[in-house]
Amino acid sequence: MDDSLRDLYQEVILDHSRHPRHFGKLEHATNTAQGYNPLCGDRVTIYLTVDKDDRIADVRFEGKGCAISQASASLMTDLIVGKTVSEAERLMAGFLSLVKGETVEGLSAGDRETLDVMAGVSAFPMRVKCATLAWHTMKSALEGGEAAKSE
Amino acid sequence: MTAQSKIGTAFDPAAAREDFAILSRTVYGKPLVYFDNGASAQKPRQVLDAMREFATTEYANVHRGVHFLSAAATERYEAARETVRKFLNAASAEEVVFTKGGTEAINLVAHSFAATRIQPGDEIVLSVMEHHSNIVPWHFLRERYGAVLRWVDVRDDGSLDADALDAAIGDRTRLVAITHISNVLGTVTPLKEIVARAHAKGVPMLADGCQGAVHEIVDVRDLDVDFYVLTGHKLYGPTGIGALYAKKAHLKGMRPFNGGGEMIREVTRDLVTYADPPARFEAGTPPIIESVGLAAALDYLSGFDREAVKAHEHDLLAYAREGVRQFNWLRVIGDAPGKASILSFEAEGMHAHDLATILDREGVAVRAGHHCAQPLMERFAVASTTRASFALYNTRAEVDAMLGALAKARKILG
Repeated sequence: MDDSLRDLYQEVILDHSRHPRHFGKLEHATNTAQGYNPLCGDRVTIYLTVDKDDRIADVRFEGKGCAISQASASLMTDLIVGKTVSEAERLMAGFLSLVKGETVEGLSAGDRETLDVMAGVSAFPMRVKCATLAWHTMKSALEGGEAAKSE
Repeated sequence: MTAQSKIGTAFDPAAAREDFAILSRTVYGKPLVYFDNGASAQKPRQVLDAMREFATTEYANVHRGVHFLSAAATERYEAARETVRKFLNAASAEEVVFTKGGTEAINLVAHSFAATRIQPGDEIVLSVMEHHSNIVPWHFLRERYGAVLRWVDVRDDGSLDADALDAAIGDRTRLVAITHISNVLGTVTPLKEIVARAHAKGVPMLADGCQGAVHEIVDVRDLDVDFYVLTGHKLYGPTGIGALYAKKAHLKGMRPFNGGGEMIREVTRDLVTYADPPARFEAGTPPIIESVGLAAALDYLSGFDREAVKAHEHDLLAYAREGVRQFNWLRVIGDAPGKASILSFEAEGMHAHDLATILDREGVAVRAGHHCAQPLMERFAVASTTRASFALYNTRAEVDAMLGALAKARKILG
């Protein structure tokens, strides 16, 4: 098989897409946002509970999409639980750099290692938006819940 | 059809492929299999050569200068209009308006014809399988003038129910706007019957022929259709040009679309009078080189026995349809009798974009997504589909390559 395809659809990604973590709706969420990719019609909803210390206490996501978008959302939820809002924003900036094939800064070694499975996306420019949809939606949820587009 | 006696005449796709240099390239080290013809077709050298030859020997602006080149270019531009007339069997070249594509042609009809007839509550009848280009202009009329959109469903096999359509046409219907061929399902609509039913109630009919003109032999006089829209780039021609056929009686009464040069009779400080059709609807410098390319494309297509081309495309479709039966995880959407060579499908547990990415790495270019037909996606309860659309230059061997790539995708994602 094509090496870049093997990178893109590695087992961890497929596992996350088939068995997404934190999937579902969060009752009493403090922040929610919906994301939409107009290119493919994929949708995602992010639910967050942000506590009074600005810490993300809980997260869920709902939606339908390709393996890349589902795995990316699932990985993201794994990583942002327990983080403060500003830590989550740093995580997102690092993730965006990673999938665009740019130099990645500001990620802890552990987060970097977890997210590394998504690095293969950078070889597929047409698929970067699939990977970033959930992250943009998370950002808009943190910012107050305007509908996000994967741009 | 008059070509009945020619059915069975050999059409040689291998020979036609020689005209399309791009088909011999590779992608990711694999031979290109181009099955995204529904989005845009490749261009034969005859089209590219004609544009180059014109641009290097006869190009100037049209209808303006008195100089040699302007006259030559005007002649070529008007000759292209005549070629479109002939292709559609319109009564007069004055019934052919050049546009920048199918989308602009439909917007032109919406603005210059339909909008002037709409009172709040008046209706436009559409089918659920329309492309967004034959939906959004009518939504504009809904937003701006209070038009009501009446939707005609398709059957589960993707065919259009003419009786349901008939029932949707009422006293307040001002236009029926239906595609000739669905860009997703491949369904060929019974255009002549639709026109007859609309006319029986005094309602004009617009046909979106962006796919239809590619795969069917169109005779607008036989169809008696009021408006027929085509686009150049799906017809093996260049981008940036399309055409609107409209009956002369309609065009004469229609208000201008864009305002600018070429479309006026006289402009003073206080008033403006407009040119006769088709110039009235062609404001600004038109796509001149593209018109020559479009004419070359139509000549190219018309140079084949089109019934034989159609038979070849149908053979590819039937072969692919049969081939995908081996995959019990794959569901074809759209099986209307007599459909055109467009195959859309959904794969269990595999998103269309993942599938298309893997096919791409095998050299197979297909379309994945909603195909600018979201109401249809809703009708079939899918977010997106994967679509292979076949052109005259495609082959059974290419279908085999796609089937192999699909099996591989299943291995990776399944």
